[in-house]
Amino acid sequence: MSVLDVKELSVRLGGRRVLHDVSLSVEAGDFLGLIGPNGAGKTTLMRAILGTVRVETGEIRIEGERLDRARARVGYVPQRTEFAWDFPISVEETVLTGLVRRIGWLRRPRHADYEAVAEALERVRMLDLAERPVGELSGGQRQRVLVARALALQPRLLMLDEPFTGLDMPSQEVLLELFSHLASEGRAVVMSTHDLLGAMHQCSRLCLVNRTVVADGRPAELKSPDIWMSAFHVPADNPLLRMLEVV
Amino acid sequence: MLSPFDFIEDLLNPDLRFLPKALLVSMMASLVAGVIGSYVVLRGMAFIGDAVAHAVFPGLAVAFVVQGNLVLGGAVAGVATAILVAVFSQHRRLKEDSIIGVFFVGAFALGIVIISRAPGYSGSLQQFLFGSITGIPDEDVIVVAVMGAILLLVAFLLHKEFVAVTLDREMARSTGLPVFALDLVLYIMVAIAIVISIQTIGNILVLALLITPAAAARLLTDRLGVMMLVAPVIGTGSALVGLYLSWSLDLPAGGTVVLVATAVFLLAWLLAPRHGWLARRARPALREEDPVAPSGGSAA
Repeated sequence: MSVLDVKELSVRLGGRRVLHDVSLSVEAGDFLGLIGPNGAGKTTLMRAILGTVRVETGEIRIEGERLDRARARVGYVPQRTEFAWDFPISVEETVLTGLVRRIGWLRRPRHADYEAVAEALERVRMLDLAERPVGELSGGQRQRVLVARALALQPRLLMLDEPFTGLDMPSQEVLLELFSHLASEGRAVVMSTHDLLGAMHQCSRLCLVNRTVVADGRPAELKSPDIWMSAFHVPADNPLLRMLEVV
Repeated sequence: MLSPFDFIEDLLNPDLRFLPKALLVSMMASLVAGVIGSYVVLRGMAFIGDAVAHAVFPGLAVAFVVQGNLVLGGAVAGVATAILVAVFSQHRRLKEDSIIGVFFVGAFALGIVIISRAPGYSGSLQQFLFGSITGIPDEDVIVVAVMGAILLLVAFLLHKEFVAVTLDREMARSTGLPVFALDLVLYIMVAIAIVISIQTIGNILVLALLITPAAAARLLTDRLGVMMLVAPVIGTGSALVGLYLSWSLDLPAGGTVVLVATAVFLLAWLLAPRHGWLARRARPALREEDPVAPSGGSAA
């Protein structure tokens, strides 16, 4: 059974159809790069999967179940700019907010919750900075805190929205490695990115999106320039194609 | 000028019963405002606080005209405006601040029109706008205490949800938290915190009780828990010192309390251990991006 199954999804935002006929399934162990130009609907696709935008038609299943029964199995890492970095809160407390729903109304975190937090911080190698206020972290560290917050729930599906934006090369490397590792442990990892080269090298699968799925396959299978030309609306002499070694 | 000892004597003087009452109400209100104000400051919703502060005015006016309880009247109007703002700001075409701008001035105007219908209104208008330490009914001490206790209890019970929503709405929504309902509860809490502070401080200045102590506390600490303890301490301390100064120098109570809180804020801004002006002058600024190793010392 696939971890994520999207069938013939279409989404309208403000009367405009942003996505149509999107079908996609992601298996455990997949590290899927979601690629497409700005406005192609990558973030909307993620939000539809998370249930934060309304789906017009189509069906989304997490391990065969509807989202409302499977929310705790989905981890989400929004773009770094969505987070209030000036908030007076430590790394550990931030990761704990990922568990607020599981802890439940009117309850305080239990020992097991703190253990889950420590484990998640260990996974992203931030345990020694647990007490640090988040405002004092570097960009790469911030991204890792957000990943840890999503990991605290031990999700089967991890979704990352442009985790590399504004990060330098070494930070990107560390994160890319972490994400492929998380996938190799049997999670499904879905990441939207503009870093085409990194995605080509590290993702086990790429999905080119522009309002719908333009192409979907292992990086080695996506060597035809036509696919990239139609996903990004670029002419055949665009340096993008040479960079990706598809011509 | 009266010595603090004389002030205590006056507080115990049975002929001046209004004085301890005013002090008690101001200190309780500042305590609650310090806690709720911490959320307001961290969410950057000072403008919403301002809006609600103005919007309670028609409620006060109606309560005054029909001789009802001012605190309850203000609470009803404040909560109604808070709900209107929350509902209308879900609409994407107009930004929240425009919505607020429309509603709070409208509500304030309504208040002025209503109160002008009452005979001899100019004296009471001044009392509403600038606060007064005399004439607080006994029942209001109870109402303020009960409402304040309820607010603190709700803040305690919903604290982790408020934090999650403030940190990252997108993530909070994706985990299934009812973000809109939590916003609404917070707006209503802000409205009530303002209403219980209004009598001694006055409608114009009440926002300071919500914002200033919490903003000063934010400068003093990077821990939310500490901030939510320090803010009410600054608030109640300002209320106490302000009322003492106002009584002994014959200054308006609301204005004096707010000026004391403002002085504390300026001191914090200058002298705060990490974020203060002096501390920042003494060492190079913290960099946003640490250019050192990508793992940032996590391997240690």
